[in-house]
Amino acid sequence: MGRAFVLAFLLLLAAAAWGREAAPAAENPQLEQRMMALAAELRCLVCQNQSIADSNADLAKDLRQQIREKLAQGQSEGDIIDYLVARYGDFVLYRPPFKLTTLALWLGPLILLVAGLIALFYRLARRRAAAEVELSEAERARAALLLGSPDEVDQR
Amino acid sequence: MNAGTLSVTRYLVPLGVFAALVVLLGIGLKLDPRAVPSPLIDKPAPHFELPQLHDPGKTFSEKEMVGKVWLLNVWASWCVTCREEHPVLTDLAKSGIAPLYGLNYKDRRQDALAWLKGLGDPYQLSVSDIDGRVAIDYGVYGVPETYVIDKRGVIRYKRIGPVTPEIVQQKIIPLVTELSRG
Repeated sequence: MGRAFVLAFLLLLAAAAWGREAAPAAENPQLEQRMMALAAELRCLVCQNQSIADSNADLAKDLRQQIREKLAQGQSEGDIIDYLVARYGDFVLYRPPFKLTTLALWLGPLILLVAGLIALFYRLARRRAAAEVELSEAERARAALLLGSPDEVDQR
Repeated sequence: MNAGTLSVTRYLVPLGVFAALVVLLGIGLKLDPRAVPSPLIDKPAPHFELPQLHDPGKTFSEKEMVGKVWLLNVWASWCVTCREEHPVLTDLAKSGIAPLYGLNYKDRRQDALAWLKGLGDPYQLSVSDIDGRVAIDYGVYGVPETYVIDKRGVIRYKRIGPVTPEIVQQKIIPLVTELSRG
């Protein structure tokens, strides 16, 4: 009885040997993490509002594979960005570089802000100047007449 | 500062800003966000050596075309727009202005051959880019795409999307004529 039980148990174990280990999500999780971090910085040109990391477009999958291979070959993130920019232009970068063609993009908001602040100060200064106009004697008298007794005016 | 000029600027300035915004947004609406300027213009055409579609035993490389102005069209049998573009390419090939070569992008060989058989083959020959590697080197992101490559092997023009009769007349023919002369 005991032997039969052991035999059955061993047979069950043998069956388990047929099963295989689940394939890892990526061969090298660390590499995969670097690949995804880089792909998240890059625009997918097929579906332009998605990054290469997010997109399921075929091209994005191919580019992820390219990035994976290049990282595995020991290329740096900078090398891979240069590789993609050479093919697809600065447009692939979600953080465009600061250069002549992107000057308006980088400085535009700052210029608008400064212009807004200058306009605001200008207006406020003018309003203050307008408020500080002194009344002439005649105007004072007329104001007092309109508002009531001179005493009340003085109390204000 | 009198009241007259004050009220005029009070209304004119916001109106001017509004009009400028309308013009700006109007231009923005007309722009095609997919038309991304290619950094490959005026750069040497990236090297490839790929098996020919009709005869996979043989390869074809862009180097064989040095000394000629030629057109490279990226196409696929699964690409709906390519079907739309096909008659334009057929006419372009017939005009004999420049040899047209095909880069068959991420296609199955039998599908590609059947497509050419059914619609006609405007290409001198096509090469198979099964995994799309060469297309990535050429910055392809939307099939069809068409390149004009000059005698020195430099990319001079790139069309993303279908070639239309207008583009053939206004861009490709003048450019090819000019490049062939030089």
